[in-house]
Amino acid sequence: MSVPATATGVPTGPETSPGTSTKRRIPRWAWFAVLPVVLLLLAVLELVTGAGDLTSSGTVRATLIATMPIMLAGLGGLWSERAGVVNIGLEGMMILGTFGAGYFGYHYGAWAGVLGAFALGAVGGLLHAVATVLFGVDHIISGVAINIIALGAVQYLASLTFAGLPGGGSTQSPKIPDVPSLTIGPLSDFLGDIEQDDWFFVSQVASVLRALVTNLSFLVIISLLLLVLTWYVLWRTSFGLRLRSCGESPAAAESLGVDVIRYKFIAVLMSGGLAGLAGGFLAMVASSNYRDGQTGGRGYIGLAAMIFGNWRPGGLLMGSGLFGYTETLGLRQGGTSVHALLLAVAVLGLVLAVLQARRGQVRAGVLIAVGAVVVGVVYFLIDEVPGDFTRMTPYVITLLVLAFASQRLRMPAADGQVYRRGSAG
Amino acid sequence: MTPRMTKLLLGLSAPVLALVAAFAITSLVLLIAGDPVGGVWGEILSVPEGRNIANIVNSASVLYLSGIAVAIGFRMNLFNIGVDGQYRVAAFTAAVVAGEAWLPGYLNTVLAIVCAMAVGALWAGIAGVLRATRGVSEVISTIMLNFIATSLVAFLLRKAAVREEGSNNIGTKEVPEGSRIPGISIGDGPGQEIYGFVIVAILVGVLYWFLLGSTRFGFDLRATGRSTTAAVASGISVTKMVVAAMLLSGAVAGLVGMPLLFGESYTYGSTFQSGLGFAGIAIALLGRNHPIGVAIGALLFAFLNEQSNPLQILVGVSPDIVAITQGVIVLTVVVSYELVRRYGVRLEQQSVARALESERKREEVTA
Amino acid sequence: MTSTVEGSGPTAPTGPVSVRLRGIGKRFPGVIANDDIDIDVHRGTIHAIVGENGAGKSTLMKILYGVQPPDSGTIEIDGEQVRLGSPADAIRHGVGMVFQHFMLADNLTVLENVVLGAEKLHGIGGAARAEIARISAAYGLDIHPDTLVEDLGVGARQRVEILKVLYRGARIVILDEPTAVLVPQEVEELFANLQGLKREGLSVIFISHKLDEVLSVADEITVIRRGTTVRTVSPSEVTARQLAELMVGSELPSPSTETSTVTDHVLLSVRDLTLPAPAASGQGRPLLDSVSLDIHRGEVLGIAGVEGNGQAELVESIMGMRPAATGAVTLDGQDIGAMSVRRRREAGIGYVPEDRHRHGLLLDAPLWENRILGHQTRSPSVKGPLIDRSGARADTQRIIEQYDVRTPGADVLARALSGGNQQKLIVGREMSGDPVLLIAAHPTRGVDVGAQAAIWDHIKAARREGLAVLLISADLDELIGLSDRIEVILRGRLVGTFDPAHVTPEQLGSAMTGAGDTASSGRPAEGEETA
Repeated sequence: MSVPATATGVPTGPETSPGTSTKRRIPRWAWFAVLPVVLLLLAVLELVTGAGDLTSSGTVRATLIATMPIMLAGLGGLWSERAGVVNIGLEGMMILGTFGAGYFGYHYGAWAGVLGAFALGAVGGLLHAVATVLFGVDHIISGVAINIIALGAVQYLASLTFAGLPGGGSTQSPKIPDVPSLTIGPLSDFLGDIEQDDWFFVSQVASVLRALVTNLSFLVIISLLLLVLTWYVLWRTSFGLRLRSCGESPAAAESLGVDVIRYKFIAVLMSGGLAGLAGGFLAMVASSNYRDGQTGGRGYIGLAAMIFGNWRPGGLLMGSGLFGYTETLGLRQGGTSVHALLLAVAVLGLVLAVLQARRGQVRAGVLIAVGAVVVGVVYFLIDEVPGDFTRMTPYVITLLVLAFASQRLRMPAADGQVYRRGSAG
Repeated sequence: MTPRMTKLLLGLSAPVLALVAAFAITSLVLLIAGDPVGGVWGEILSVPEGRNIANIVNSASVLYLSGIAVAIGFRMNLFNIGVDGQYRVAAFTAAVVAGEAWLPGYLNTVLAIVCAMAVGALWAGIAGVLRATRGVSEVISTIMLNFIATSLVAFLLRKAAVREEGSNNIGTKEVPEGSRIPGISIGDGPGQEIYGFVIVAILVGVLYWFLLGSTRFGFDLRATGRSTTAAVASGISVTKMVVAAMLLSGAVAGLVGMPLLFGESYTYGSTFQSGLGFAGIAIALLGRNHPIGVAIGALLFAFLNEQSNPLQILVGVSPDIVAITQGVIVLTVVVSYELVRRYGVRLEQQSVARALESERKREEVTA
Repeated sequence: MTSTVEGSGPTAPTGPVSVRLRGIGKRFPGVIANDDIDIDVHRGTIHAIVGENGAGKSTLMKILYGVQPPDSGTIEIDGEQVRLGSPADAIRHGVGMVFQHFMLADNLTVLENVVLGAEKLHGIGGAARAEIARISAAYGLDIHPDTLVEDLGVGARQRVEILKVLYRGARIVILDEPTAVLVPQEVEELFANLQGLKREGLSVIFISHKLDEVLSVADEITVIRRGTTVRTVSPSEVTARQLAELMVGSELPSPSTETSTVTDHVLLSVRDLTLPAPAASGQGRPLLDSVSLDIHRGEVLGIAGVEGNGQAELVESIMGMRPAATGAVTLDGQDIGAMSVRRRREAGIGYVPEDRHRHGLLLDAPLWENRILGHQTRSPSVKGPLIDRSGARADTQRIIEQYDVRTPGADVLARALSGGNQQKLIVGREMSGDPVLLIAAHPTRGVDVGAQAAIWDHIKAARREGLAVLLISADLDELIGLSDRIEVILRGRLVGTFDPAHVTPEQLGSAMTGAGDTASSGRPAEGEETA
């Protein structure tokens, strides 16, 4: 087991010769067009299928709340992997965060809960950093170990500290005070009226805006700010350049005097903290206390969102939004909403199949077309998707995204490599 | 000291070092939490009674199968984290097949087990194919498949199940008497029976050792795990190896639920044991993917689990402390193996240098 | 064995000493890398350090660049004694290093690579961009700051490395084997750049084992052997042969040609071999473009070319490792084009790969398991579906004796052997399969002189026994010495055939870069000597 595995696996084709790639760069403004385009598509879908709840402000709000933990976890993964350390332990660090929120939130107030979540997640990050950066443990093994330890530790600590408290027990904490939220009353009502009027596309836009001004938790605002901050720090400052260089070529960085070990440590600590914050969000905004099993695999979904977003914050947000949206649909009016989505998947699949065929990959195109047709047939055969399957949606989507997108992605070149000082030259 | 002895000592020192470190860290945690360190260890390290021994062996045989399944993947540098999902779909399938009893007696059992292995292999194969053809990390895909398995089995259980008498639990049709695997008695008194399936578990271990160590396929598998590039240049089809390894791993994972199904519960219900996949990872690491090492690791983990059960009642400490120990073992094991390996390589390089130096001196003298 | 004889002739450099090393020593477990090294480098000169592989040059340069601390000895820079604990220290004292293996991050731009670690000098935005443009213009480097390094070729990457060093205000520039990946014309350009640096008063330290180049550009040459300084000489005092003997300390082996063993019987025939570029790379030109060649029994065909022009792809396509390749490959009359790698090996191809650590060995496995690698379907390694341990061990022992592999035994891990011994084992293993065709890619790269001579002998023996040999090499002397015929590959095509008895390195170099006349036989003009 001397060769560590990388997060997206070994590329299957032969390596290309140097200096031969010409990538079409997507223009910056295109990113901002994504949301309106998606809304338009959903509006069309609602019209066509009659599914009622695809874009209501309630759905949008729930999507926001479902998206943030995934995004924060993915952001944590991004910090870590941009410095070259694969972090599978995000799930465990998130669990630590949920406990931190429960413990510190209950005893010392809402904001203490937030800080506590971050801090405990960072402790998990510290363990991962020490194991991988100092002791050279394979990144994935360390991540798996942290998940095991975190789960056991939190369950142990929960029975130690929550048993006997009002509303608490070994599997849950007492109620945590709420994080303050923001509501702009008059605007909210005005937008609510537009939403009810059911005007094509305008109503959808209104519901999105309404969700942003009604009961918007400060933690959501903080999370989005952290996203922007991450982009700025990593891509616009020397600190960020050095950190990214550790993930692209630690040998080059070391040869230029960069303290690779220090940057990896900072990155992984930050990674743990963000994952912990994600857990805190789960405990304090998505629900109102710590509960055993609260995280439900979101740490891994956050990783998938990060890969989907090609290790960039913008893409991460899109990916998290996708996963958050499908998770939300699965919970609200689950059957009919996911049912409507099936149509969208079938159509998208056909489009993708045509594109693949035109690019010369006929066999792949045919396979995708067949899959799309199957999904379409299922759509017409059933009226509602059974509950168990709607619960599967985020995981299936993750698999599909990875299966189709893996080859066009560009992960940091030295991601997952065990680094030893003195490897320069 | 002969080279063989050195190798043996080095091989043993790593896990011992790891265990000592893990116990020390656990004690530290207990101290900080204010729990009685002595009481906890006293209870855990007490001599188990006959009934406990039976439980330990039973639990260990299940953990062993999980560990071997993971170990097969590890030999190929593949992380099969999906053992959990694989064994549950497999156990469910076996329970349904056995419950229908299309064949009589033990033929039914064999059929069910074969189906379990096939389904387990299939479930793992999905991840294997994705990895081999699309480069998707099997770490994430197997984890996703775990969650999908949970929902899928829940759905199918609702369709296929029968309500148990006098309870709210649902489960598959019971396995008929003639198809159950009898236990092996190890003493008088209640509950002193070990699963008959233990024999199969041992057999699996032997086959594993033989397949990997003495066959061409095993050589190819280990070579691919050591260096994919060298394997390709030597004529091994890495794609085929990846898929084959995952299929094999999934097939063994499919056996994990068999001892329980055919030796105790005789049905698959919503309360069927889960969570054995991660323990398998820890055990495979501890045992260094070696069939005997994994067995010792399985016994150790089973021992810790069993002995920690009464902790809550007798000492007032949550048994989850043992989960911390087990997780820490994973880290300490890897660190200590790495440290010992580096030391061993240094020793070897020095002995090679010494041997060559003395040869050179002899040549210079005779030249 | 230390004598620092400074050249006493009229061309010997005088003037201030920019770098003075005294008594430098460094040990690793089991190996003495440097022992009592004494060197003076004068300001405004090009000082070459020569020695064979494993002599300790790279370790010495790592010490000078602060990557590793010396166990003993002192370093003086511009008269001041310094302690270099890290590359940052070295950079602060004006030392810049251009590594043999470029230290560049492919996914970052030139600008990002250059400013990394030196962001305080000119920031990371417009001012830095301007400074890079200034240096590029001043020294004729032709580098644009916003290009992605991944898109640059080898020569350009080297210039980026030089720019990195100059950006940080280096006054002492160290180059580690800079011409290893360049053809003669590019080497001339590099040397012109170095002369430019020298004129500006910089000191250039240049590590190499290519003696002709060193003699043509250096002002002073220090020879290192077995970790210690042998002599420092002026190029006007010595010939290449004398330098080589200083380096090796004994008679030089030379790859001389013997009587021809080429027959008429064609063993390997390749027709219209084409390998398209992967769709994702966006490159239109195929990696291999209609390559056709024949190798006869008893013939060594050498392939010359700059790295990255298709040699690796050619070898891998013949081996079957490139499923996208089209065209016909015939081995002794049998069409092997549809066969897998394993079947092609069984049909009789032996393969000594370019990168033995990645493609030729399992480093953490014992030698007897490495014997089985690549030969898992034939005796003596296997009996049916099972591995024959004793058979493999015995045969490994035979290879160890027959091919002079220095090792205490067959159970030693491959990792513990030196490069030369690893290569000898691989050659022995591949020859043991009774091959019809032997593919040897850069067979003596990173191998000490003794092992190199042995491997050359084995290739010649293979030739005599009637094998066909496909030899890929960047060492023009090796190619000229061993081959019966040389083909040049450029951008995936074969562009010229040369007779090694009459061709010169310059002619080969022209063909390899596409400049100049690609004459088909390279017959010398009147009175011209071959190099």
